[in-house]
Amino acid sequence: MREFKILAVVVFFTLLVYVGVEPFAHSQMHAHVEGHDFVYDGTADIEEANTRVEKTKEALEKAKERLTEVQSIENSPQEDLVKAQDAVTKQENALAKAEETVTHKKSFWANVASIAQLDVNITNGEMSFGTCIACHNGAGINMGGVIPPNLDRIGSLYDKNYLIALIKDPAMASNVDHKYANTMMHPMGSVMAMVTSDQQIADIVGYIMQNKVGELEPKAAFEEACVRCHAVRYAKVTQLGDTPEFKEEKDALAHKIKVLDEQALVEAYMGKLPPDLSMMIRARSPHYMETFVENPQTQLPGTSMPRVGLTKENYEKVKTYLEEVGDPSKPAREAIGPWVILFFVVFTILAYLWKKSQWKDLH
Amino acid sequence: MAHFDENAKPFSNQWLNDRLAIDTVKRVLSTEYWIPKNINFLWAMGMILAATFGLLVVSGIFLLMYYKPDANLAFDSVNYTIMSEVGFGWLWRHIHGVAASVVFLIIYIHMLTGIYYSSYKKGRELIWISGMLLFVTFSAEAFSGYMLPWGQMSYWAGMVITNLFEGGSLELTGLVEWIRGDYVPGDAYLMRFFMLHVLLLPLVIIGLIVFHFASLRLPHVNNQEGEEIDFEEAARLYKEDKKKESKVIPFNPVFLSKDIFVMGVYFILFFFLVFYNFDFAMDPVNFDPADGLQTPTHIYPEWYFLWSYEILRPFPKDPGLIAFLIAQVIFFLLPFIDRSSNVAPAHKRGLFVIWFWVLVVDMIALTVLGKLPPEGMFNTLGTVAAIIFLLMWPILFVITKFEKKL
Repeated sequence: MREFKILAVVVFFTLLVYVGVEPFAHSQMHAHVEGHDFVYDGTADIEEANTRVEKTKEALEKAKERLTEVQSIENSPQEDLVKAQDAVTKQENALAKAEETVTHKKSFWANVASIAQLDVNITNGEMSFGTCIACHNGAGINMGGVIPPNLDRIGSLYDKNYLIALIKDPAMASNVDHKYANTMMHPMGSVMAMVTSDQQIADIVGYIMQNKVGELEPKAAFEEACVRCHAVRYAKVTQLGDTPEFKEEKDALAHKIKVLDEQALVEAYMGKLPPDLSMMIRARSPHYMETFVENPQTQLPGTSMPRVGLTKENYEKVKTYLEEVGDPSKPAREAIGPWVILFFVVFTILAYLWKKSQWKDLH
Repeated sequence: MAHFDENAKPFSNQWLNDRLAIDTVKRVLSTEYWIPKNINFLWAMGMILAATFGLLVVSGIFLLMYYKPDANLAFDSVNYTIMSEVGFGWLWRHIHGVAASVVFLIIYIHMLTGIYYSSYKKGRELIWISGMLLFVTFSAEAFSGYMLPWGQMSYWAGMVITNLFEGGSLELTGLVEWIRGDYVPGDAYLMRFFMLHVLLLPLVIIGLIVFHFASLRLPHVNNQEGEEIDFEEAARLYKEDKKKESKVIPFNPVFLSKDIFVMGVYFILFFFLVFYNFDFAMDPVNFDPADGLQTPTHIYPEWYFLWSYEILRPFPKDPGLIAFLIAQVIFFLLPFIDRSSNVAPAHKRGLFVIWFWVLVVDMIALTVLGKLPPEGMFNTLGTVAAIIFLLMWPILFVITKFEKKL
């Protein structure tokens, strides 16, 4: 029994270390981000905007305190006084802007919700959809930073509310409005001049949800949602899609140059070439991946990555694809694991019987 | 000139005996290498370490066939070639990664067993010192191996640890550059740590393992009660088949049968980790390729270095470095700091048992705090735990000086 007591002590301290350095430490290192189950109704956006208001208020309080402090000192240099005064003005302006953003976001998402309730006319929607084809023409030519995506199956891939929001205001929908003083500067900004009435938006989206649908394999879901910006070199996928097989080296090089040109355009648009996603499934936790794809701002505030508006089902497909590329041994692992463990269980039983026979005359 | 039996057939027992004395070797190292009977499963940790080292060597050889020590190729050779193109490459990698982490758990259990049962003194000092040399060499081996996948954590841990050689205010930047072969970790750096990891350090480890075993042969293994055994008398009883009266057992097969059983239990756990819970040994941050322009949010070493990292971190630069150096060498001095001549389990040594458990808890606290961000309360607790660790050694000197002789 002494052996079991000792074992209990060893196991206890081992688990203590494990829990301390793994689950506990990680829970302290990473801020917890609440997911919204791939529902796009602006709740997260409004929360974020409110947090910014709170933070700006704090900064304003600090700036005011500093000003009072400078004013209370006799003969404090004019320079300090001006500086403190400027800081207060700056924070006051920031606060006004932050409050305005909250109001703006609230009315925007309320508007999106009301559009979703409108009766739709599919025929009108089809007519208006023609405007989209001007850019979303499948020619694979970069426009304003990215290649406009193919729209053939977007009704299956993306959330309805998200699509409404996207046509209404692309920067607000993808939660990158902080990047643009005016949404017209967004690569898809011109849609706001072309589709102007709420009814028109409702009709287009109604048409999309009925006609632009189709079954998507994990790889197709991934390519349509992510590949305009991200490469996956372990799967020979670039911003231009699958890399074809070339017989001649010069053809391969010519293709590579096209890829580099496309990457340069994406980089100019995003500020930085978005990372290769080959290993991303192992570099981030499942929770991080999920909340990040749902709303990039939650995990990386200020990032230029747009929210893409995937439905939950399609996020799962994207994840499946990333697992196939980044963790291809998973099926083999799960197939062999039980057998290896069974082998050692049998080994241990036999070893125990041998030990017993060797030790039987000793005590 | 020794006597050779000319009639012995080549490679027969007699022929080999004349040339290699195999019967004597077998007797001395195996069938008549006497081990005390009064032991528990903690005495199997040595063989478990040997087996784990074996797994590391074998899996390492397979990985070595496909790994490319080049700053441009290393990451993909590990994460793509080995993980998706090489048959069972993923299995060798996960075995190697998990074994590298678990080996330290077993080393710590092995060390703390030695401390608990006072197995480091009265003839056993060299066992302890060679064991500590093994610990340090294993640490260097683990660190150099951690550089090889050339991910973000490889790069930045390499940067932080090599920076320590600057020596605080001594500002030995030249030494740091000499170690790196460059201003920052790069190709030259990766190549030399590759060499250390696959050649020089394994050679040193193998040499030290031989020395560790050799240093054990004469003083013999300690036992659960720290009893001084007359091995010759006990061996005579055993050989006369008075096994119940004898206090010893032969290494082979009796001691080994128990070792192998414990090893079986260990391997069940080990392969459970390899197949189902390998993430703890492979930090997610290291699956992002090394990028000298982007520092990860949190930089921390693997769990087994955290306690000494936390002794470095809470203090200002120079005192921190000195505290860190003390933490690295102080365990070597244990047989000389402990002034008591008692060889007995800690619970029979009065205040020593309290000292032992405070040490265990303090080192675990340092380990956990070493990973947490050094802010607020964690920082305070870390400072307290580090100071306690440093105070433990003068306290040990005093309490063992006044320890009652058993």
